[in-house]
Amino acid sequence: MYSEEVMDHFNNPRNVGKIEDADAIGEVGNPVCGDIIKLYLKIKDEQIEDIKFKTFGCGAAIATSSMVTELVKGKKLDEALKISNQTVAEALNGLPAPKMHCSNLAADALHKAIKTYRNEEFVEIDHHCEHSNFCHKEIKIELEEESK
Amino acid sequence: MNKIYLDHAATTPVHPEVIQAMLPYYTDFYGNPSSVYSAAQKAAAAVAEARESVARLIGAAQPQEIIFTSGGTEADNLAIKGVAMARANQGKHIITSAIEHHAVLHSCQDLEKYFGFEVTYLDVDQKGLVNPAELEKAIRADTILVTIMLANNEIGTIEPIKELGKITRNKNICFHTDAVQAIGQIPVDVNDLGVDLLSLSAHKFNGPKGIGALYLRRGTRIVPQMSGGAQERRQRAGTENIPGIVGLGKAAQLAGLNLSKKMEQTRRLRDKLIRGIETKIDRVILNGPRDDRRLPNNVHFCFRYIEGESILLNLDMLGIAASSGSACTSGSLDPSHVLLAIGHPHEIAHGSLRLTLGLNNSEEDIEQVIQVLPGIIGKIREMSPLYDG
Repeated sequence: MYSEEVMDHFNNPRNVGKIEDADAIGEVGNPVCGDIIKLYLKIKDEQIEDIKFKTFGCGAAIATSSMVTELVKGKKLDEALKISNQTVAEALNGLPAPKMHCSNLAADALHKAIKTYRNEEFVEIDHHCEHSNFCHKEIKIELEEESK
Repeated sequence: MNKIYLDHAATTPVHPEVIQAMLPYYTDFYGNPSSVYSAAQKAAAAVAEARESVARLIGAAQPQEIIFTSGGTEADNLAIKGVAMARANQGKHIITSAIEHHAVLHSCQDLEKYFGFEVTYLDVDQKGLVNPAELEKAIRADTILVTIMLANNEIGTIEPIKELGKITRNKNICFHTDAVQAIGQIPVDVNDLGVDLLSLSAHKFNGPKGIGALYLRRGTRIVPQMSGGAQERRQRAGTENIPGIVGLGKAAQLAGLNLSKKMEQTRRLRDKLIRGIETKIDRVILNGPRDDRRLPNNVHFCFRYIEGESILLNLDMLGIAASSGSACTSGSLDPSHVLLAIGHPHEIAHGSLRLTLGLNNSEEDIEQVIQVLPGIIGKIREMSPLYDG
């Protein structure tokens, strides 16, 4: 089902963890649909000095998170922004078709982190909601009930 | 690496005696039982014997009450659509539960969508149990069929079918139960349960795939869903799957042997596994009941903060086969409808793991799982943004 590259990144994920004094954080996805990716970036002179991730999700979600951190570590922010979800999937030698939309969100998290850092607007495309019946309101209600 | 198979609710290995029983019907007695020559008559006799074995296993009064089908899914379709069509002139209301197998749920939905039936989906409690009082309330003058599963395939809940049957009995309502997960696990007797129709599938109890049966109580009318020849007393057309039927018959014979002893053994392993997981891993939720209303071979947990597919991939790397109700493994974006129906929010439902035991599982298998699972859960939780240690 998964390529060797995916299984490698799933088994030995690179850059797992949290950066306490992160300069930028990007989080996408939601627990309702089963994927949350959170990236922590340390930025100096427009360059990504360090990057770590925490991910809730399936094998593809974890592997794409790991791959994106590897692809952008040490890169200039403008260069990092050129990386898309598609780039990540290709670097992993492809993902199974159903995973392309629902678990391939790592580059979105990266873009969100950088745009937030630059005070730019980030418009999140909700990949999940394109395909499922959930809307944000339902998700919010559910999360609120859960936290009670 | 020692392979450990813990997905017996998905399917089971075929018993060697079953394979042996089937082989001559591929090689020597391959005749069509509708034919007159002796090799064909040998096949016809084997079908009759298998029918008796299946009837005996479920306490059917007559072998003729058994209709062979291509499996559990076809048996469910035949029961539900067959009764609905036969009784449409008496009413178009059906009652089922929210946690049925998709073969039942989608059959009911087809009847709603294409044939104007109305279906009530009964809620279940946190353990997955249907409340008989709820059934009583849901019955209307135009209710023609109630279909409630005997045991749930995900969380192992055994439904109070006997009590539910008492409610339908005096109301001229047909009662069907999907017993696919229960056969071979617990004693099943159609007269004790009070059901009119019951579905079963061979490959869930060490028989071959592609063969199942529908029990149809004498006097219960259905409209066949497969049109053609006069096989199966005109209830299910098509040349009989002779080797499959023979395999089902043999599996039924074997399933009935020492059942209470097998149940006791499986229950002991099950409880050891449940205890081991609950002792060694924190923030886990056992789904389904803890008492004898749980299938002897079912263990089902939700592990908070993580997603099920990650657990399965890690187990697979250690040679352990299991399953999950997470969206990633359900083939849709939603986690299991059963876990949502028992009240779990989506993110908890995503973190589920089902381990189902079979005859070949040993004490060591269970110990191995208890030994490796905490590490796997810990590793995945470390990666989770929802987990705070």
